[in-house]
Amino acid sequence: MPEKMMKVQRIEHGTVIDHILPGRAFDILKVLGIVNDRSMSILINSHSKKGGKKDILKIEDVELSADEASRVALISPQATINIIVGGKVVKKFNAEAPKVVRGILTCSNPNCISNQNEPITSEFRLGPDDGHRYVCTYCERDIIDLAKRIRW
Amino acid sequence: MRHVISVHDFSVEEIVDVLDRAEDMVAIARGETTSDLLRGRVLACIFFEPSTRTRLSFETAMNRLGGGVIGFAGTQATSVVKGETLADTIRMVSGYADAVVLRHPREGAAKLATEFSGVPIVNAGDGAGQHPTQTLLDLFTIRTEMGRLEGLTISLVGDLRYGRTVHSLAIALSKFGNTINLVSPEGLEMPGEVTSELMAKGMLGKACHSPEEVISDTDILYATRIQKERFPDPVEYERVAGMYRVDPDLLSRGPEGLIVMHPLPRVNEITPEVDGMPQAKYFEQAFNGVPVRMALLSMVIGGK
Repeated sequence: MPEKMMKVQRIEHGTVIDHILPGRAFDILKVLGIVNDRSMSILINSHSKKGGKKDILKIEDVELSADEASRVALISPQATINIIVGGKVVKKFNAEAPKVVRGILTCSNPNCISNQNEPITSEFRLGPDDGHRYVCTYCERDIIDLAKRIRW
Repeated sequence: MRHVISVHDFSVEEIVDVLDRAEDMVAIARGETTSDLLRGRVLACIFFEPSTRTRLSFETAMNRLGGGVIGFAGTQATSVVKGETLADTIRMVSGYADAVVLRHPREGAAKLATEFSGVPIVNAGDGAGQHPTQTLLDLFTIRTEMGRLEGLTISLVGDLRYGRTVHSLAIALSKFGNTINLVSPEGLEMPGEVTSELMAKGMLGKACHSPEEVISDTDILYATRIQKERFPDPVEYERVAGMYRVDPDLLSRGPEGLIVMHPLPRVNEITPEVDGMPQAKYFEQAFNGVPVRMALLSMVIGGK
């Protein structure tokens, strides 16, 4: 393979999510609810120009909304989102971690009332510090292993 | 509408206000005078878990204020055994009463209840979560016995990991400016989030494994039950429980004016010989549940 050849073709229209924490690309697809009927490229543990490794997602014919972008930040706060139209980047931004997350996650505390058969929606709030930790509104515990707590 | 879910929801001023109101209720709580502040009002006490002190003191509090009590203790004779959700139980009960006191085995149950209730919810303990009325009565006992809520050294002794009362109490005491010693067996230490908060506020004293290390410098020794089921080996349980037993010998090494508190029920943590000593305040503490809960009920039902 020639040195400068791209591993994955550029896309004409859609979204490129770059600088995803290594190994988290599938969690992002999960949190976005994107299933296998889309055309997409997934790079796992790709070398980053900034050093280290990263994942990259190229999803064709999908433009992420602000809400969807914040879901990406839930899993990978440093990810950048590029909206591609006509093969060019028309918008590039860093997703902002949501202050409140409803319904997407389940509480990691098995004894939390939100894990019982009650007519409520799970809710988590971003902690006040910089630790990117989410606290259950019901049981007040930190969610542990957040990526594993995503509902399908 | 004011719910009482977590002591974290109370500011220092609000805590002091509750304690001041509780002080005004003591004579009524003792039956020395009567009140009809909540006459014609109904309190629902729904207890999905066993309780002696909490349930009886809420019922006494409501009766002393002239109100009536409905409710259940245990779920056997209720629709819960038919699979009724807590949400539906709360919707129904809140239609019958002016406030609902709830104890439930799941963390976050009281918070859920607030979403389905048309009347105030008072959390009487939700799983290993919050038990705010216990914390308030502990603070009331400390203020009554010591004359203040600040500048004290409190040693929390026993199972600090699973004992829900000590988590809330440690945080509440740190709001007032106190030194808090944490004394627990290995493996039953205070959870990291509580210790970190105490450290951040500069309120953490010693964290150690023996009451002997802190007794000479303790104003309040707050003992908690070490549960047998936490130890797979009964011999190990006996050994550890013995190390944490409060007896006249241990207290003889404490300073003058030291008091002993315990949320009860106790098993062997405090020997019966201590009961008659001036340091023993745990039965007064249990009584204090009545005026404190009267104060809270008058606030959430009576709007006082």
